[in-house]
Amino acid sequence: MSTQAAAHSERYFVPAPSVWPFVLTAALVCLVAGVASFLENDHVGPVPIFIGGVLSIAVIFLWFRDVVHESEGGRYSAQVDRTFRWGMSWFIFSEVMFFGAFFGALFYARSLSIPWLGGEGTKVATNLFLWPGFEAGWPSNGPGEVGGSFQTIPAFGVPLLNTILLLTSGFTITMAHHALKANRRMICILWMWATVALGASFLWFQAHEYLEAYTELNLTLGSGVYGSTFFMLTGFHGLHVTLGTIMLITITLRLMFGHFKPDSHFGFEGVAWYWHFVDVVWLALFVVVYWL
Amino acid sequence: MAHTHDDHAHGHDDHAHHGPDKGIMRWIKTTNHKDLGTLYLFFSFTMFFIGGLMSLVIRAELFHPGLQFVEPEFFNQMTTMHALVMIFGGVMPGFVGLANWMVPMMIGCSDLALPRVNNWGFWILPFGFAMMLSTLFMDGGGPAGGWTMYPPLMLQTGNAFPFLIFSIHLLGISSITGAINVVVTILNMRTPGMTLLKMPLFVWAWLITAYLLIAVMPVLAGAVTMLLTDKYFGTSFFNAAGGGDPVLFQHVFWFFGHPEVYILILPAFGVISTIIPTFARKPLFGYDSMVYALASIAFLSFIVWAHHMFTVGMPLAGELFFMFATMLIAVPTGVKVFNWVATMWRGSLTFETPMLFAIAFVFLFTIGGFSGLMLAMTPVDFQYHDTYFVVAHFHYVLVPGAVFSIIAAIYYWIPKWTGRMYNEKAGQWHFWLSAIFINLTFFPQHFVGLAGMQRRVPDYAVQFTDFNEISTIGAFGFFFAQFIFIFNMLACCYGWFGRKQDAPARVWEGAHGLEWTVPSPAPYHTFEEPPPLPESELASIGGGAHAH
Repeated sequence: MSTQAAAHSERYFVPAPSVWPFVLTAALVCLVAGVASFLENDHVGPVPIFIGGVLSIAVIFLWFRDVVHESEGGRYSAQVDRTFRWGMSWFIFSEVMFFGAFFGALFYARSLSIPWLGGEGTKVATNLFLWPGFEAGWPSNGPGEVGGSFQTIPAFGVPLLNTILLLTSGFTITMAHHALKANRRMICILWMWATVALGASFLWFQAHEYLEAYTELNLTLGSGVYGSTFFMLTGFHGLHVTLGTIMLITITLRLMFGHFKPDSHFGFEGVAWYWHFVDVVWLALFVVVYWL
Repeated sequence: MAHTHDDHAHGHDDHAHHGPDKGIMRWIKTTNHKDLGTLYLFFSFTMFFIGGLMSLVIRAELFHPGLQFVEPEFFNQMTTMHALVMIFGGVMPGFVGLANWMVPMMIGCSDLALPRVNNWGFWILPFGFAMMLSTLFMDGGGPAGGWTMYPPLMLQTGNAFPFLIFSIHLLGISSITGAINVVVTILNMRTPGMTLLKMPLFVWAWLITAYLLIAVMPVLAGAVTMLLTDKYFGTSFFNAAGGGDPVLFQHVFWFFGHPEVYILILPAFGVISTIIPTFARKPLFGYDSMVYALASIAFLSFIVWAHHMFTVGMPLAGELFFMFATMLIAVPTGVKVFNWVATMWRGSLTFETPMLFAIAFVFLFTIGGFSGLMLAMTPVDFQYHDTYFVVAHFHYVLVPGAVFSIIAAIYYWIPKWTGRMYNEKAGQWHFWLSAIFINLTFFPQHFVGLAGMQRRVPDYAVQFTDFNEISTIGAFGFFFAQFIFIFNMLACCYGWFGRKQDAPARVWEGAHGLEWTVPSPAPYHTFEEPPPLPESELASIGGGAHAH
């Protein structure tokens, strides 16, 4: 109820008109139209992809620079802070649902489509007439053995190491947060760089693992439904870790520039939330993709 | 940009002084919910016009059996694009436009919570649709495999394919950002005293719709991403030889697609629940049950998706589960329909244009609901599947349902937006022509569908000719009747009839709500301070139970 009383005295914050959203849209369309043309071999070349990509990154930077200026200029009220908290929460929820689509595909392939192709239940005829001799199992690249025979990556090797790295990074970013709240900035920055290092080493090991899969195990994106789900899930996760690491570096640099206050630092917390989300997705991946 | 911010030590200065920029830059740079609401609505009606032209191509071709105007390939492009344009370009942006205009005014705040993100969400739409519509001019033409994009058929699309996929990704970003904005605004910006169960029902409907959008648009993005990698990167999600299954796409798509159906209709429920009490001059009957019904429908919408797939060869247990779960939706929907009727019961009714459209909504949406109940029954769906009966069903819920409610909402609120009253006589003409022609268009399709006429085919057996001729006449009539509406609304926007159009603050004597406490037209930033919330403004919207 105290928040309601406070709301009476505060005025609303409405940002000034901005050209960034429009330019960002134009840049994104340039980028994806370039990629689409590339996929259809339209001989447009990489120029639109390059222009769109660089422009998108530049505009995102400029847009966030405005936000940082507004924030550091003290223009954000408690209400705006709550807006960012709610907004970030719902954004992460939408990301969870995006990953849900691919986890759903994995579940469907393992529990339904592969057993059905193997003739389970009422699908005897499917197996008998369409795919005779196919026996259901996992991992599988299907009755057509799409992509040729392959080996999988054992869970208790590099993936376990990566699990430990990410869990540790969840610990270090929490330590950094406590340091920030206690106004011990130097300690906070050190914990943040530790977090960045852990994230980067995760990515390094992941890249190494991909290289090994492609060169030695013949496990590729084209290795039937196993390869598809494996690389799409771990790939999108890796993309999020990359993005998360860039975000971590950004807020660490901001800490070094003297941004954030012990009692007001949602930019920091938002990145931390995102990092924990990436962490949790990894745990799910480790269990259902690598281990089980 | 940065230095303008530094000029303002205090956040409240910049909207107190200057109004909007001048010229085109006002619309490109705007962070104002009213400007963006206007842009959304103009965009929506442009898309309704384009999608409407496509439907006229379809209906002209179906006027007679045999092929007369277009090639079958182009016909299929028209059915596919008509659906995509109407759903993602017409109805959804139409409702987002209404949310932009009305949510801040109804809950008593200055603007949406994230105004720059709001601008981004809008501007993605014209770019995204320019890309999608450009596919019609590419080698191999536009996408022709149906808006549901089922593989393996969809994977045969020509150059259009990646453009379609990426435009859907972009539209998804637009929907998600727009929805996050609405949820955050509603949860965080309500004026003191407006508890959740005192919110206007339009706001409630949009809160739940926005939640559905955030939950399912990413799933659609995942589904089309898998399509893209299956076509270009050798994955086997939908390829049985690799252990995948084309039916998997249908599951993922409809996990998005069924909540999407409610995304298209829940805001309509909110509009109707606002308009009927005003013209019945009675509080809405059963406010709380209306809220619970909305929430129940939203929950159930996640566990009924496979009723779109009864004929695909699912296990029997699946067929039964999805049949019964689907039928359950009739319960909360019935609650809503009965509550609307009960609100009108013994009210002092008047029949201005918004009310006419609202009553037509209740009646015609219910017809669509009943045909939906028929389709929900697995055994009979084997007969109805992919026939014109399905076409008739979803057009009854979408045109005299969703579209009528958008029209009703615009008639209802445009005097508040522009400060000018629309022409009532022309509104009545528009209503009666629309209501007659829309039934002429879609009612006969029930009959030809039950008799076995297939959808998405440019030709049909001769015995269906009479009904198809009626349907085509209805479609052309409905299309041209809308120009009365467009003219009427533009007359409000631009004040073509001078001062005699001026509207008072409380445009409708029976209307309650914060939006009627401000002048017409509403100020550029409606509330500079959180407004007080008088009980009288809650009387009809917050429910009689809360009034005393």
